Amino acid sequence: MAARREFAPGIALETHKQAAMQSRIAPAPAPAQAFVLLDQGDGRHTVPCVRVGERVRLGSPIACADTDAGADLHAPVAGRVRSIGVLERVPDAGHAIIIDNDGSDERDPGFEPLPPPETLPPGELIELIRRGGIAGLGGALFPTATKLAQARARSIAHLVLNGAECEPWICCDDALMREAADDVVRGAQLMLRASGAKRGTIAIENDKPQAGEALGAALAAVGDARLALVVLPAVYPAGAERQLLTAVTGLEVPEGARPPDIGLLSQNVGTAAAVARLARTGEPLIRRVVTISGSGVARPCNMDARIGTPIAELIGAAGGYTGTPRRLWFGGSMTGRALPDDAWPLTRAMNCIVAATDADLVSAASVERPCIRCGDCARVCPAGLLPQELHRGVRSHDESLLERYGLADCIECGCCDYVCPSAIPLVERFRQERVAMRERLAAASRATEARLHFELHERRAADLEASRRREFEDARRRARDHSADGG
Amino acid sequence: MRFETAPAPHVVAGFTVPRVMFPVLLALVPVAMAHVAVLGPGLLLQLAVAAPVALGCEAAALAVRRRAIEPALRDGSVLVTAALLALCLPPYLPWWLTALGTAVAVLLGKHIYGGLGYNPFNPAMVGYAVLLISFPVAMTRWPPLGADLDWATLARVTVHSFYTGALPADLSWDAWTGATALDALRTGLRQRLTMQEIRAGAPFDAIGAAGFVWLNLAALAGGLFLLWRGIARWQIPAAVLAGLAIPAAIGHALDPGTHPGALFHLLAGSTMLCAFFIATDPVSAATSDRGRLVYGAGIGFLTWIIRRWGSYPDGVAFAVLLMNLAVPLIDRYTIPRIYGHAPD
Repeated sequence: MAARREFAPGIALETHKQAAMQSRIAPAPAPAQAFVLLDQGDGRHTVPCVRVGERVRLGSPIACADTDAGADLHAPVAGRVRSIGVLERVPDAGHAIIIDNDGSDERDPGFEPLPPPETLPPGELIELIRRGGIAGLGGALFPTATKLAQARARSIAHLVLNGAECEPWICCDDALMREAADDVVRGAQLMLRASGAKRGTIAIENDKPQAGEALGAALAAVGDARLALVVLPAVYPAGAERQLLTAVTGLEVPEGARPPDIGLLSQNVGTAAAVARLARTGEPLIRRVVTISGSGVARPCNMDARIGTPIAELIGAAGGYTGTPRRLWFGGSMTGRALPDDAWPLTRAMNCIVAATDADLVSAASVERPCIRCGDCARVCPAGLLPQELHRGVRSHDESLLERYGLADCIECGCCDYVCPSAIPLVERFRQERVAMRERLAAASRATEARLHFELHERRAADLEASRRREFEDARRRARDHSADGG
Repeated sequence: MRFETAPAPHVVAGFTVPRVMFPVLLALVPVAMAHVAVLGPGLLLQLAVAAPVALGCEAAALAVRRRAIEPALRDGSVLVTAALLALCLPPYLPWWLTALGTAVAVLLGKHIYGGLGYNPFNPAMVGYAVLLISFPVAMTRWPPLGADLDWATLARVTVHSFYTGALPADLSWDAWTGATALDALRTGLRQRLTMQEIRAGAPFDAIGAAGFVWLNLAALAGGLFLLWRGIARWQIPAAVLAGLAIPAAIGHALDPGTHPGALFHLLAGSTMLCAFFIATDPVSAATSDRGRLVYGAGIGFLTWIIRRWGSYPDGVAFAVLLMNLAVPLIDRYTIPRIYGHAPD
């Protein structure tokens, strides 16, 4: 089935990937202190399962997800837990576990190769992936095990591996596919087994011929008839989940539904490689490939870096800053988030870090003007929306108009902002309006909200009380032991 | 190290409204040159009044509304309005009427609704329509389009009329005005003449409307330039031309005695100016691609109706304004299908 042409739009963006593709993936130095954020960027808080002062080893679990929608975190270095709490020196970063690296890289006993996955029932394979804390490395960080289990429950047919890295600057997946194509293919096989999918497709864009060759060779080497490679045109946002699935399968994910509802499952190629590495060595998700780039970086490159390494150190390893970097963002230039400070630590969600100078940003500075309804935004919208009409609805907070024109269907890719001749921050307005709509909805059910709030508060208070009591008991026991020894 | 923060996207194409408007002005140069060659230097005089009046009204309106003046003056949109209005006016029109029409276009056509982006009607056509209804005689005086026209005397007549509203004492309007092809068509049909008889009159040449053929070809060239540069899109121009040509061709096939053919209509009056420059004003047009096809076809069809049966010679201005009125309705029923939604 051919992909539906009507949603082919998008933009051919100017690429900035070459700079970081000059060299192979370099291992980043391990940080002296690792700062593991409890919220890795998916908005899901994890609960610490280590205590201050406790010694952890490489790959030891340090924080546990309390629902299926979160993934466990593991120690990216071996050493002692220095503190757990709000990361004071980094504005807005939230809570973190800080581990002093003792440099030994001593491995956790659980850090062992898995039994041959082909002998494992799929359920157990999924459980091992869950224990490895593997999460979607494309940036969404949804736990891979949960996604695989849901796919299995729906008996999905088709796994699509997303190697369409469509944003300028980001090239960590390109580098990974070139250098570790075997892992990507192996990971795809494991995911097929875990999810029960009948076939898998690795999708890349046509601006990555070397990755395509490497994957082709790796596929030929395993000779798995279920797996295929498909090359898509390099158009942003080819890598957006729904757009990619439609381009590969010709199927559209219906309004209000999710990919498993139509028998599809998508995973990032980096996630697949992480699953393969977990199977091969037992290594949980404690590092990732990250692109360090932008005109403000001396030697742009791809790095294999530990989660929790301060960004300043990664940029230092890439030769430090050059020129006058003005904006620092992680992710792509179209959807990435600007960081106020380079003391932020690397999270699992960070596929790319760009230190941008005026040379990169020059065209972004423009006065906002009124919308002239030129419709350029509608021409590039991959969701088939009319952003100019949504903008009208946002200005008047007209909820029926916003529903008619599909505010809920906006994927926030930024294509409309990119082309808008009036320099209107459309996506930001849409995002704010969604928040405002949610708040209005929440206000309507304030009673429920208040109850949930109270329950959460109670639980946190109980947790805190329990941990205080444990510490108190520990201290008393130590004191008793000490006096017993002394006596 | 600390950095500025801003919402994504962090890099944009840098394509701005001024960069849309100034190529439009550039694309009007061929039709302006043809205008001067065929109809005398009147256009230059009209522009010399319309442009400063437009800028002045824009600045004054923004000042009264307490809005930033400078970015609006620099976006070029008000100059496009002035240029389009000037191109539609007869070259003899006295300067105060030009000034009045321009002020109406900018103030009542645009700023009364909130300025750029909020005007439901095409401002230039609002100005034109007000002048046409209020001053029908002055607005329908066009130079004669004979082959033996003396351009130097035409220039003298034009300048005199522009400054005084009258002709030099030694000349009379009868000698220095002539019917355009569309005028001749309208009056001829009213007198129950056949097309052959009407065509025998002066303002027709081999293809159609004498003189205006060149204006239309020049406007077409400018319009194709905009399409080629990606400034304009094909939907509205194509729909306007099809909406005019198809009924004209059908009418001509059924009754060639009272219907000129499609080619005549395409190259008469301000057809091409309308298709590529007036109807394409995005603010007052329908906004989806499908909506623009409907909108453009409506303008073409109404133009044909008004030319054939209406009491005004060229139907373009009223066709545009009528379809402006229909835009909210068109927009409501031409929403494209959203990804993942079932077709309506």
